[in-house]
Amino acid sequence: MIRVVLPHHLRTLSGTGREVCLEVEGDVTQRNVLDSLEAAYPMLRGTIRDPATQRRRPFIRFFACEEDLSHESPDAVLPARVLSGDEPLHVVGAMAGG
Amino acid sequence: MTVVRVLVGTQKGGFILTSDGARKDWKVEGPLFGGWEIYHMAGSPADPDRIYTSQSTGWFGQLIQRSDDGGRTWNPAGNEFAYASETGTHQWYDGTPHPWEFARVWHLEPSATDPDTVYAGVEDAALFKTTDGAATWTELPGLRTQDSGPKWQPGAGGMCVHTVLIDPVDPDRLHVAISAAGVFRSDDEGKTWSPANHGLHSEGIPESEAEVGHCVHRITRHPSRPDVLFMQKHWDVMRSDDRGGTWREISGNLPSDFGFPIAVHAHEPDTVYVVPITSDSQHYPPEGKLRVYRSRTGGDEWEPLTKGLPQSDCYLNVLRDAMAVDDLDDCGLYFGTTGGQVYGSSDSGDTWAPIVRDLPRVLSVEVQTVP
Repeated sequence: MIRVVLPHHLRTLSGTGREVCLEVEGDVTQRNVLDSLEAAYPMLRGTIRDPATQRRRPFIRFFACEEDLSHESPDAVLPARVLSGDEPLHVVGAMAGG
Repeated sequence: MTVVRVLVGTQKGGFILTSDGARKDWKVEGPLFGGWEIYHMAGSPADPDRIYTSQSTGWFGQLIQRSDDGGRTWNPAGNEFAYASETGTHQWYDGTPHPWEFARVWHLEPSATDPDTVYAGVEDAALFKTTDGAATWTELPGLRTQDSGPKWQPGAGGMCVHTVLIDPVDPDRLHVAISAAGVFRSDDEGKTWSPANHGLHSEGIPESEAEVGHCVHRITRHPSRPDVLFMQKHWDVMRSDDRGGTWREISGNLPSDFGFPIAVHAHEPDTVYVVPITSDSQHYPPEGKLRVYRSRTGGDEWEPLTKGLPQSDCYLNVLRDAMAVDDLDDCGLYFGTTGGQVYGSSDSGDTWAPIVRDLPRVLSVEVQTVP
């Protein structure tokens, strides 16, 4: 199972806790994890990726294993400790505001 | 028993204010969707329990929420607003071509007869429609692809369709207003559109009486008189007696003809309300006095309504979608401010009282009169 940590607003929207566990088909990439997440929680469609372009929203970041994966290819395989379930993929709302 | 439900969209969530027909004691519920920007909440005239909400943030994009029980419970609805064809470009602030990009839904306009049909005015300027209760949205591309589209330019708040009017007699006739392009009208249910800005005069654009490019802040009408439209423009309060074919100024004796909202009394088609603001560079009331101005003559002659409103040291604004009227015999008016107050009047504006004082910045106010 792949663990994903969601930011506050998306937990509220999806009615989940801090972390969700997902079965991911195929390679465990950003794209496939987000596809699985959106299939399990359709209300999250469009909130992490632009629905038209499927690009990451500008103020969203992806962290895992103390690395910023935001600028990695969406089709790159995630770190081994995410694949093994030892570490979650963090979906983060970037810090901004006054 | 009649219930009055005031739907308040704020920068940090939605609120529902409820009272009986006396409109003296209010229950305040919220925040709904706390922390999100609620640009607009709108109830269906055909089914008052059906309420639609536009919810967005810069982080997570656009959501639409739908309630089927008068706002007690909500469910996320469809949020895919895909332009229907090649988007082309409009003008950016510096005059360079800029591709159309969806940003948010500014305004939701439910059909008068079908609770599943709603129009959505969006930024970058376009009109969408749902006929399945907001499960799916389809653009009416004739507006965005109107001949003048490449000349449109955003106002300071973005290039948005902020007003959508459905003709109460012939629902195929639509008007929209776009900042800063102007008014457009369609007679064929949104398939084709034409500018409706003849008579507008705007300083600050290269050609002051151009066909498009006017910063229209809000248009409205009385349902019994579909041909008569009232407009609060960036500067100037205007009136059209021919569905926007021509406009004439009715600013008359207003202390400032700059402002954002404009509303019409529920039962008096010639009674109009505006909230004068000092200027385009000073977005607060003249002299620090919050005054609603009322004309009972369809414009030109205006009287200040001050009883119950702050008359000193008041430096807030009232945004374009933040004033509404109820349908009770003693017409009620409501407006929200950028300071977080919602004021109400149950006597056509003669006297006012705050319903709630310390909400986040109010973006929109709508009213439902529920029998």
